[in-house]
Amino acid sequence: MSDTTVKLTDAQIRRRMLAEFWFYFSRNRGAVIGLCVFVTLVLMAIFADLIVPHDPTLQYRGMEKLPPVWEAGGNPDFWLGTDAVGRDMLSRLIKGSQYSMFIGVVVVSIALLGGVVIGLVAGFFGGWVDVLIMRVMDVILAFPSLLLALVLVAILGPGLTNAMIAIAIVYQPHFARLTRAAVMSELKRDYVSAARVSGAGNIRLMFRTILPNCLGPLIVQATLSFSSAVLDAAALGFLGMGARPPAAEWGTMLAEAREFILSHWWIVTFPGLAILISVLAINLMGDGLRDALDPKLKRS
Amino acid sequence: MFRFILSRLLYLVPTFFGITLVTFTFPRLLKGDPVLLMAGERGVSPERHAELTAQLGLDKNIVVQYFDFIGRLFQGDFGNSLVTKKPVLSEFLTLFPATVELGLVAILIAILVGVPIGVLAAIKRGSWFDQVSMSAALVGFSMPIFWWGLLLIIFFSGTLGWTPVSGRISLMYFFPDVTGFMLIDSLISGQKGAFLSTVHHLILPSVVLATIPLAVIARQTRSAMLEVLGEDYVRTARAKGMPARRVIGVHALRNAMIPVVTTIGLQIGVLLAGAILTETIFSWPGIGKWMIESISRRDYPSVQSGLLLMAGIVMLVNLLVDLTYGLINPRIRK
Repeated sequence: MSDTTVKLTDAQIRRRMLAEFWFYFSRNRGAVIGLCVFVTLVLMAIFADLIVPHDPTLQYRGMEKLPPVWEAGGNPDFWLGTDAVGRDMLSRLIKGSQYSMFIGVVVVSIALLGGVVIGLVAGFFGGWVDVLIMRVMDVILAFPSLLLALVLVAILGPGLTNAMIAIAIVYQPHFARLTRAAVMSELKRDYVSAARVSGAGNIRLMFRTILPNCLGPLIVQATLSFSSAVLDAAALGFLGMGARPPAAEWGTMLAEAREFILSHWWIVTFPGLAILISVLAINLMGDGLRDALDPKLKRS
Repeated sequence: MFRFILSRLLYLVPTFFGITLVTFTFPRLLKGDPVLLMAGERGVSPERHAELTAQLGLDKNIVVQYFDFIGRLFQGDFGNSLVTKKPVLSEFLTLFPATVELGLVAILIAILVGVPIGVLAAIKRGSWFDQVSMSAALVGFSMPIFWWGLLLIIFFSGTLGWTPVSGRISLMYFFPDVTGFMLIDSLISGQKGAFLSTVHHLILPSVVLATIPLAVIARQTRSAMLEVLGEDYVRTARAKGMPARRVIGVHALRNAMIPVVTTIGLQIGVLLAGAILTETIFSWPGIGKWMIESISRRDYPSVQSGLLLMAGIVMLVNLLVDLTYGLINPRIRK
């Protein structure tokens, strides 16, 4: 055994952690595919306005319900056909990625921020604060999530912003519970006592000392919530409680297309496929993240 | 065991009051005067307004109003629907069997298909069956079920013409409502073809509703089985020369089922949320569709009570899951 130890700088440690993370993540082929699709979706969302072949809200008279280009009667100007009022399907789908990514980011940010603060407070202070907070979380979790989101939207009024707020409220107990559990197990560790003894205040202990060590499960939960948020927002849109027409949100597009299910399959098929592909990609990524961030799985 | 049950029951009390507080507060958060909302477009005279306010108890202190609300709940009074004027509880109970029937068939499909798939995938870890079934499970888990329902309608009802698009039974049949469960009532009625028609109507909605729970159960069963198969007692059983069927069926599966039972219990909330979408797509006359209609018709007493009753059901099912968990895993009881 050698007695020599190598002192690494913070940047080096971070680089090594990242390399280790990538080593485990990239062993999962599905996760890498998911990541590629997700990055494509993000790029599509960012550059949507530049890459759409047509204005997604423009209605072409006389071009209504055109089939995709490979079907008889398809028009090469409209690759994936047009919808009931003559809008280009492909452009609307591309624009829809913007809505979905935006919804995912906003919902996860609100739920994560709220849940982490609540969970930290509950886990750190314990006692009646913990009991009170966790009972409130239990109450939120007792309601079926989509139903609670629907009722919250009924209170706040239909629309995309309110739908996002409602979904975020419904999701934050998951983050709160996870953070609380992680904090409670970390609190017993020596490094926390050491920080406390050296004079760190509560806020510093919570956010600088403990929180960075609870990030693993939170990242995995954030990924899963991202995909659920895309699904739930689409469901609310489908039920007429999310984004309002003529927004090119995928769920809202499906709601508008319902009456054509037996006559014009493409108007119904493509928006749903877009939802499925994005949710699937994010879930694949989530599986890979869990494998890479869970130390128990790493050993097996 | 008695202490365990008692502690679980006590644990429910604050949650129950929390749920009632949320449902009590909900209509009070809505913008606008509840009496005017109730009156709708016709409006009311000031005298009638005062009378209705007093009748609804809205002129009382908010704390008194809350305890009145709780008192009425314990007497089974959930208020009247603004649209039909009938008691909300009786409307809920009339529609509830339709949702239960759909949900039970869905969860049965999910368990009967999901558990064997999970077990097989675990036994044949790494095989093509494992890879295909787990990929399919991930697709199922990611499925927007409202779209999945529409796709199945396009294919099975539109292209093949095998299944009806909506409803619980063909209009050709008429029989008294005995249990509220169409499968049972149609059998009792003895009418030729009635049962088959019910099955035809039930199959697509229940498959759609089963999709996500099935995927979750298959994934959970696989990972629980994998964990158990690596345990020492399984190796011992194998080393003793016990037949593989018995090792897997008795030793492994029974222990792997503990987390799976919890997962199945947790799917009840998923099922109720899924019922809202499934019932809307298939025009299934259950509480999911009723809730959506109540929300869009601004029938707030119905929404309020529906919310309370559904949360109550989730709470009770969670209690049952907890108790079952304690029953099959004695360590939990301590």
